[in-house]
Amino acid sequence: MKRLGKVYTWLIMGFLYIPIFVLIVYSFNESKSRSVFTGFTFKWYKELFSNRLILSSLGNTLLIALVSSVFSTILGTAAAIGIQAMSKKMRSLVMNITYLPIIDPEIVTGVSLMLLFVYMRTKLHIPLEMGLITLAFAHITFNLPYVILNVIPKLRQLDHSVYEAALDLGCNPAQAFTKVVIPEIMPGIISGFLMAFTYSLDDFIISYFVSGPTSQTLPVTIYSMTRKKVSPEINALSTIIFIVVLAVLMLVNLYDMRQAKKKQEKID
Amino acid sequence: MLKKRLQATMMAAIAAAIAAAPLPSVHALEVSDSGYYDALKGQNVSLNVYNWGEYISDGSEGSADVNAEFEALTGIKVNYSTFATNEELYAKLQSGAVSYDIIIPSDYMIARMIREGLVQKLDLSQIPAVSNINPTYMNAAFDPTGEYSVPYTWGTVGIIYNTAKVTEPVDSWDILWNENYKGDILMFSNPRDALMIAEKKLGYSMNTTDESEIRAAFEELKKQKPLVQGYVMDEIFDKMGSGEAAVAPYYAGDAITMIEDNPDLAFISPKEGTNTFIDSICIPSDATNVQAAHMYINFLCEPEVAAANIEAIGYSTPNSAAFLLLDEETRNSPISYPEQEIMDKAETFLVLPDEVNTLVDQLWTSLLSTSAAADEKSQNGSGVVPIVIVLAVAVGASLWVMVSRKKKIKAMEIPEDDDRDQDEEYEDDDEDEQK
Amino acid sequence: MRKAVAAPYLVWMAVFIVVPLGLIVLFAFTDSSGAFTLEHISQVGKYAGVIWRSILLAAISTVICLVLAYPLAFIISRKPENKQRTFLMLVMLPMWMNFLLRTYAWMTLLENTGLINRLLGLFGLGPFQMINTQGAVVLGMVYNYIPYMILPLYSVMVKIEPHIIEAAQDLGADSLNVLWKVLIPLSKTGIVTGITMVFVPAASTFIISKMLGGGTNLMVGDLIEMQFLGNAYNPNLGSAISLLLMVLILVCMFVMKSIDTEEEMEGMLL
Repeated sequence: MKRLGKVYTWLIMGFLYIPIFVLIVYSFNESKSRSVFTGFTFKWYKELFSNRLILSSLGNTLLIALVSSVFSTILGTAAAIGIQAMSKKMRSLVMNITYLPIIDPEIVTGVSLMLLFVYMRTKLHIPLEMGLITLAFAHITFNLPYVILNVIPKLRQLDHSVYEAALDLGCNPAQAFTKVVIPEIMPGIISGFLMAFTYSLDDFIISYFVSGPTSQTLPVTIYSMTRKKVSPEINALSTIIFIVVLAVLMLVNLYDMRQAKKKQEKID
Repeated sequence: MLKKRLQATMMAAIAAAIAAAPLPSVHALEVSDSGYYDALKGQNVSLNVYNWGEYISDGSEGSADVNAEFEALTGIKVNYSTFATNEELYAKLQSGAVSYDIIIPSDYMIARMIREGLVQKLDLSQIPAVSNINPTYMNAAFDPTGEYSVPYTWGTVGIIYNTAKVTEPVDSWDILWNENYKGDILMFSNPRDALMIAEKKLGYSMNTTDESEIRAAFEELKKQKPLVQGYVMDEIFDKMGSGEAAVAPYYAGDAITMIEDNPDLAFISPKEGTNTFIDSICIPSDATNVQAAHMYINFLCEPEVAAANIEAIGYSTPNSAAFLLLDEETRNSPISYPEQEIMDKAETFLVLPDEVNTLVDQLWTSLLSTSAAADEKSQNGSGVVPIVIVLAVAVGASLWVMVSRKKKIKAMEIPEDDDRDQDEEYEDDDEDEQK
Repeated sequence: MRKAVAAPYLVWMAVFIVVPLGLIVLFAFTDSSGAFTLEHISQVGKYAGVIWRSILLAAISTVICLVLAYPLAFIISRKPENKQRTFLMLVMLPMWMNFLLRTYAWMTLLENTGLINRLLGLFGLGPFQMINTQGAVVLGMVYNYIPYMILPLYSVMVKIEPHIIEAAQDLGADSLNVLWKVLIPLSKTGIVTGITMVFVPAASTFIISKMLGGGTNLMVGDLIEMQFLGNAYNPNLGSAISLLLMVLILVCMFVMKSIDTEEEMEGMLL
């Protein structure tokens, strides 16, 4: 039984990793062919790093991810605090709408935002071009729910008497808030931020509908690459992304384990 | 939860890695009057160029990087992006979502854009290099006054096939309907070109506005669908190059590129006649940098630039000065510059009336939507039934659940402490987080 | 007045969630000149085949994901804690690569001249037609979305105490009974979350079918994309289809939510 479990686990892992492994192997292939391996080369990596489109898309991706996650974290945290203070009916209404971008198919969100930006531009004459700004708006919109959903549980766990104690001890409400409430909910804010950042980096569908000529993000560029004469640069790009992700995951894992050990030692 | 933590660090690492990226090398292409290109230097102008995929010399494989050279010469930043079909370009422009400064549509699309006011008149006095363009390509039917467009390339559509797989002689569009090549046939993924092939096969004009002829042509495409491996545009380079598909219609210029990569491939022009097209450079009416756009057009008309582009993309050039710069082999290529006999039989696309365009769009969408396994019944609307059933069941189920839940709550009728049941809905996995 | 701090968000929500959805409704019920019409809504019926196919393929993929992921999630959840970490990491790692790249990888494998057929060719088998079939589309969906099934399942299973299973076994339940009467009821939340997290994106995808289905197995996502940025520009029809898709999915979600009112967002945020 145990052995069966092991075999099964590795079968699924094989299913998950074989395609990636194939991409990695072919990123070193001399010829452009995706089926015959003719020789070892690094040239696709070199070409990748001189491809201006890929580099600028990477820049855009990072910029958008950073801006949208910071902004949505601030807006979302404030929203969570406000929502907690709302009446039950109001809160349930707001929360249901907040859920929409998560539940809706991404393509519907993308299309609806595209309609909105086009409408603003053509009917309301707001000079809003599809570009970095619309991308940022769209990303903030789909990031907000994740921040709110991360912060609200922390707010709920918050012991209200701590806040009152702070007031009693002479804090004004603003101080009590920044010194007591914020540190308490910080883990929620941070995980909301990281989640927003991640989703923003990886988003293709929504970005596809709201990006313009000056502002392609990396996933949008990858899409246009897959629709053309396929270049092994794309394999090289996959390999680099894979290795970086692997390295970072391992580092984080190691760090977590060490933290856990420390905690354990303290308890002992 | 750990997933979330990482990507920041990861992207920082990538950013650091690429900071040291080498700059692309620039081979200087000669221009006739470099003073002309100084006008906008140092003004931080940028230009949005929207072109077909694989349609410019982009610096790959040692070719000249035309956009980089333009930037170096003029100080104007080029934001270059690509589309795959005229219809895609039209959708982008028509939606009003973006403004481009330069677009390169084909003939019939230019006519449609002129009709709908999507492109603006050019100031030819700002494009001195237009004198390089062979006058026979100016003032074509789609732009009779020649005020809206400057020809970039021209070419014909034909059949590209793999001689190792297609043994019988190929001379007609019929080969694309040949059962022997089931699953090895590729087809255009844009309606106009696909429709043209079916119309020519049936002996109609490719500009017919007769509804019954158009419907008949689509019937023909529907018959072809089970044999088709995929509807593609530039994916064809890959699929024909690797021998994944055996036969496909495509543009002559790209066929040259494909044959260079895979010598097994061959190209012919079908006997029923084909389409000859001109792709021209236009400026959309909502362009923001009109002067820079004129400069870009002029640059593309410079003989050396045009020649570099033609060498890279394989299409035929309307630029007489550039033609002289091409090597012997290219100039004599029967694929790029076909015999008069083929040209005599070829037709140009004309713009179709709006209602015909709508009809074509509809028929095209439904061609792609019907499953290859021909579920005829979903054709005449009876296919709505399953959806209605699903909807009805779903709505019924949710109503039932709602009602029974209310009953349950009523039955329990416990005094709610503050707002418990609401809170539960938004539970997340913060326990994991704390681990 | 703590409520006031939510005001900027409420404005944001109105402008970027409510108004855009309103625009979809507006476009669905008007023609290109802005006059009211039911034409587009009624036209959606013509594409019932596509919608049906999308739902069917998505449902098949969801079931396959569930069947494959359930044992794996259980196996992982029974491992010692440090091993659990490693396996979770292994499951998540592919998710971090862009899904376009992952789908692209399958093209390389499945093509007629691709690796699998070449490998089979060595044994004198094939070539088999794998790419450009509905099977390939399902495979692509399963591959892309299976982590979204494994993770929520794992996160509920890890909370199931080994004693409970042992107790059931002591009381005479065989493995099948343990599965049906203990494991499945206890992991219901994870199953529901997993199903929604796989089904919704699978039903509305517009790339996988293009890349692995060769454009001949159009899905509803492709259909919508075609109306907005593709080869048949008609945003009104596109909106009508989007509206229907949205209603379908919201109704499905509502049903799911009613089945399982507690903790339904469990694991969704992983």
